Amino acid sequence: MTAHTHTGTPTRSTGSLAAGIEARAATGALAGAGNKMDAKGVKVFYGAKQALKGIDLEIPDRQVTALIGPSGCGKSTFLRCLNRMNDTIGIARVEGLITLDGQDIYDREIDPVQLRARVGMVFQKPNPFPKSIYDNIAYGPRIHGLASGRDEMDEIVAKSLQRAGLWNEVKDRLKEPGTGLSGGQQQRLCIARAVAVSPEVILMDEPCSALDPIATAHVEELIDELRENYTIVIVTHNMQQAARVSQRTAFFHLGDMVEVGDTEDIFTNPRDERTQGYITGRYG
Amino acid sequence: MTDIISDTPKAAIYQSDDFAARLRKRYAAERRFKMYGVVAIGVALGMLAILLTSIVGQGYTAFAQHDLALEVFFDPAEIDPQGSRDPAVISNANYGALARTALQAVFPEVEQRTDRRRLTSMISNGAAFELRQMVIDDPSLIGTRKQVRIPLASDYDQVLKGNIDRTLPETSRKVTDQQIAWVDKLVANGQIVNGFNWRLFANGDSRDPELAGLKAGLVGSLLTLMVTLGLAIPIGISAAVYLEEFAPKNKLTDLIEVNINNLAAVPSIVFGLLGLAVFLNAFNMPRSAPVVGGIVLALMTLPTIIIAGRAALKAVPPSIREAALGVGASPLQVVTHHVLPLAMPGILTGVIIGMAHALGETAPLLMIGMIAFIVDTPGGFGDASTVLPVQIFMWADSPERGFVERTSAAIMVLLAFLIGMNAIAVFLRKQFERRW
Repeated sequence: MTAHTHTGTPTRSTGSLAAGIEARAATGALAGAGNKMDAKGVKVFYGAKQALKGIDLEIPDRQVTALIGPSGCGKSTFLRCLNRMNDTIGIARVEGLITLDGQDIYDREIDPVQLRARVGMVFQKPNPFPKSIYDNIAYGPRIHGLASGRDEMDEIVAKSLQRAGLWNEVKDRLKEPGTGLSGGQQQRLCIARAVAVSPEVILMDEPCSALDPIATAHVEELIDELRENYTIVIVTHNMQQAARVSQRTAFFHLGDMVEVGDTEDIFTNPRDERTQGYITGRYG
Repeated sequence: MTDIISDTPKAAIYQSDDFAARLRKRYAAERRFKMYGVVAIGVALGMLAILLTSIVGQGYTAFAQHDLALEVFFDPAEIDPQGSRDPAVISNANYGALARTALQAVFPEVEQRTDRRRLTSMISNGAAFELRQMVIDDPSLIGTRKQVRIPLASDYDQVLKGNIDRTLPETSRKVTDQQIAWVDKLVANGQIVNGFNWRLFANGDSRDPELAGLKAGLVGSLLTLMVTLGLAIPIGISAAVYLEEFAPKNKLTDLIEVNINNLAAVPSIVFGLLGLAVFLNAFNMPRSAPVVGGIVLALMTLPTIIIAGRAALKAVPPSIREAALGVGASPLQVVTHHVLPLAMPGILTGVIIGMAHALGETAPLLMIGMIAFIVDTPGGFGDASTVLPVQIFMWADSPERGFVERTSAAIMVLLAFLIGMNAIAVFLRKQFERRW
């Protein structure tokens, strides 16, 4: 396997540069080819336990890619590799190659902080900061220096909230704490917060699992709208949701990626019998 | 034999007398446990009540004190015979003689030398200093007569407060019948007045109970705690943040953690020895100084603050860290912008406990010479100084009757200081607390 090794923190990376270049040449995807992100042979170890066994996945630009599979199959682990959130877990070790616009994101040159500004994330449980709604949105742009004044910041906040479909509900109470919103509103606030730093990719880790059906419908609509400007990768347990919002679907099973393809194909005509079993509800 | 585990409902068992008896036993156990709790709290409150009544009962009289109100003639012949008004001459004059003359004028019938000496022993040694201060502040007093209040010697104060029993035989008390008669005459004349004991707060320590005050101890405690706070808070919080958020988890950090926990249990006098060996002997820092006391107390409180700080940091939900990392905050920004503000109430709790501990600490300060007899209020961090608990310790050690009430009064002042400090900390904690 032509892959180089990445350990938990970038400074400790022992990756061989030559192997990395070789791997990149092998992918042939350096120039883009419509793929925003590209994973080649991604393996993840938590200590001695291997969580991912070599994932190859292309993530096309401005599309929604859904990752489905039973619990513990490694979809969230894979998602967290895409913005190097696994770096924050001391014992996690990532091998393989992941590129963003053809650039290796585990390269020594790449700063994880900068990467996370480009690849935003929305989590399973809504996790607004215990600050005002305004400050929740403004925090990212503020630390990255995206606004040069009060007016610009106001505009970013308003625009982000509009994009997340939350503006009309909260425009009169921006100073109130974000934690006082309902669960569905909180999750849309988190999406607005991710959008506010203008990322290129948004990763969503089961964003609707803590929401009721109406809030879920809201968020799904929102994902569909966001697709125009952003590349979205979504992990979900809900097959209908994958079918509704995504253009491409990847099925994970026991740390392997079993099958990937256009969502329609996967759901109507799965090639692998495990995929078929899962989406028809025989196990999972 | 019947199946022990059956699929049929066991209604019969739950309605049997056996089951009812077991249920009663369970409730009885719960009632017993609640009773133990109530009894424990009752005992604790009772002890607290006894402590407070004993301290307040013994100490409240120290907040008032009897003074002699005498008409003193500021005799130019005594103060400044040459009329030079030279400050050096004025400050060297015999002011005690002025007070004695004024008192003898009230008792012209006392003529014998020994009786006169007994009479003038009613005037505190402090009277001379207070009269001198008056004249230095206002030299135009020289040559005039003025009604002034000068301190009454402590033994007579104690007689008037009832702390020295008049009914005892004359030989077993410090004050003679004759002296009691003089005091009573002065009281009848209205020449003894009872008022708020400002000397308790305005003076430093003294061998004479009626002059001894807490100012040196209060200022010393304040200076020492400022040093302690200034060192312990930033170092303690930084250490907690580093160990909890940044340090790799390995054998070395485990060892450090174990040792910090152990340090919290080290007897405080050991920290005093460390201060003596390192700061006084090796670094030649000043003896008895608040700066050294503050450093030693800071070392002593650091483990408390670090342990409480780490617990508070650990209690911040990881989802907040992920949220901040997810929008591209650097690890230090995650800590300073999100984790630390949320952990602040818990950290402040540790700081309050540590500071309360430091305020009441005596043993380590003895080792670095803060048990000195300090009359002058320390003016800076390097001046010789004492602290409130050491002052209490020294007063409690003094044999004079007047120090008994002053010791209790000093304890009350220390408690008030402590309550005031904690009130500030609780207020700050409330400010930091956010609604979730």
